Amino acid sequence: MAEPILDIRQLSKSFGALKATDGVDLDLVPGEIHALIGPNGAGKSTLINQIAGTLRPDTGTIRFLGQVINDLKVPERARLGLGRSFQISSLAPEFSALRNVMLAVQSVQGSSFRFFKPVMRDASLIAPAMEVLERVGLAERARIPVAELSHGERRQLEIAIALALGSRAFLLDEPMAGMGPEGSKTLTGFLDKLREEAPILLVEHDMDAVFALADRITVLVYGRVIASGKVEDIRKDPEVRKAYLGDEQ
Amino acid sequence: MTMNRETIVNISLALLLLAIPLIALQLNSPFYVTLATRMAILALAAVGLNLALGLGGMVSFGHAAYFGVGGYVAGILAHHAFSGLPLDFGLFQVPGTNMMPIIWVVAILVSGLLALFIGAISIRTSGVYFIMITLAFAQMTYYFANSWPAYGGEDGLSIFVRNQFPGVNTLRPLTYFFICYAILLAALVLFAAIRDSRFGAALQAARQNEVRVATVGINANRIRLAAFVISGMITGLAGALYADLNRFVSPSMLSWHMSGEFIVLIILGGVARLYGPVAGAMLFVMFEFLLGGMTDRWQFFLGLVLLGVVLLARGGLVGWLAGRARHG
Repeated sequence: MAEPILDIRQLSKSFGALKATDGVDLDLVPGEIHALIGPNGAGKSTLINQIAGTLRPDTGTIRFLGQVINDLKVPERARLGLGRSFQISSLAPEFSALRNVMLAVQSVQGSSFRFFKPVMRDASLIAPAMEVLERVGLAERARIPVAELSHGERRQLEIAIALALGSRAFLLDEPMAGMGPEGSKTLTGFLDKLREEAPILLVEHDMDAVFALADRITVLVYGRVIASGKVEDIRKDPEVRKAYLGDEQ
Repeated sequence: MTMNRETIVNISLALLLLAIPLIALQLNSPFYVTLATRMAILALAAVGLNLALGLGGMVSFGHAAYFGVGGYVAGILAHHAFSGLPLDFGLFQVPGTNMMPIIWVVAILVSGLLALFIGAISIRTSGVYFIMITLAFAQMTYYFANSWPAYGGEDGLSIFVRNQFPGVNTLRPLTYFFICYAILLAALVLFAAIRDSRFGAALQAARQNEVRVATVGINANRIRLAAFVISGMITGLAGALYADLNRFVSPSMLSWHMSGEFIVLIILGGVARLYGPVAGAMLFVMFEFLLGGMTDRWQFFLGLVLLGVVLLARGGLVGWLAGRARHG
């Protein structure tokens, strides 16, 4: 297997007596979609938050592109190439879709300490931003304020921003949540291609999407990894079926 | 450039403010020139605050600190120029001056340094805590000025002759109005440039959603601190002009009433709108003058107007005239 881009070892995080993350090992190799599944409260978002830097782990290491990033803050990790989307979309609501993406482009280009050139006449910001909006299928909605975009469009926009950051790995927290079947299908097709650009750690409840997309699956229950491996193995794993998938067949 | 409604409103406001002193002179009532100058200076102070409060969402309840410090810079430098004694810093001595351009630069630098100090501490907090910390710092400067006898203490400090500007006679009210008006326009140009720039984009995004800004790799607090310092500098410059208008500085320039007045100006005129502070200052000074002439309780009626604006026209006067702000 190729050298992992993201490598997590023995990660633990407690909130009081509750072990939200309990000795988790997880890695992400180039070209793959690694799905992270588990029942509600299993600690999936807590894990994503520790990788992105919003939460500090108690123990364990997070290595990204060969570098231990435990001590880096959120903006530093983002600049290294960790792109994330949120379970509940988190965007600048008054700005248009375009301006939200342009913010990422300006961050990639270096300094935000430029005081005079108007951004809306800056082709070096607009062109790359339009390009990623085109890719996620939002080009026609570029000038619409985020507050007026649909739920699904906001999800697409978050991915567009992660793309504009030139991310080396994507952390997508339930990108399908609240999307209609049509939207889910389009997004599934999109993520399928996206993995070639950078690997994806995908938290998702939509099992059809997970089984259609994932190369590997890790199952988290009460903060612990109870199974991890190829999709077929996870499907067959008796413990997983008992704990999570339900013995419906 | 396309003339949208806001541009038309802005140009009208700018021309209206310019027209007041010109008409006043035709009618031979120079008092109105002073009134218009007061409008321009208060507008300038509020343009500064609008950068932090409007664009950055930092509700500073302590901008009187920068306003007053700017005022004291003008007063103290003029005081030493008048007495001929240099300012004694122990290790070195600095002569006073009555040249406005030098006074302005010093006022901008000193209020910028103060804003850097206060901002670096305050910016870690948000919401009510930010309001309270900025208020607390401003009150500290107020009590400091009150108890510092060298420059008049609570009695304040007079500037015997208005400071000078090369080539013009600043004692002429209209000349001084033009100086203040020109600086106000320059500050508005700067505000618009910052608002539309990359820096402004990051600042406004940080107000809307801090998490989003961090997730794209931008450190929101550094952006905010820089904006806070620029904001304090502009308000400090306004303070220096205000001292020269009144030829008097006192601790009241540093008091929380003043800070509150700046916030009121912005809310009246339109938060984050380019000409919001201009509209607000014109309304405020007009109320103060018209209602103040009729009753000592004019602030009660101002309160009613403010209530109406907050409840019915949340974009302030500019928002009411020009519609909602557009972000492109």
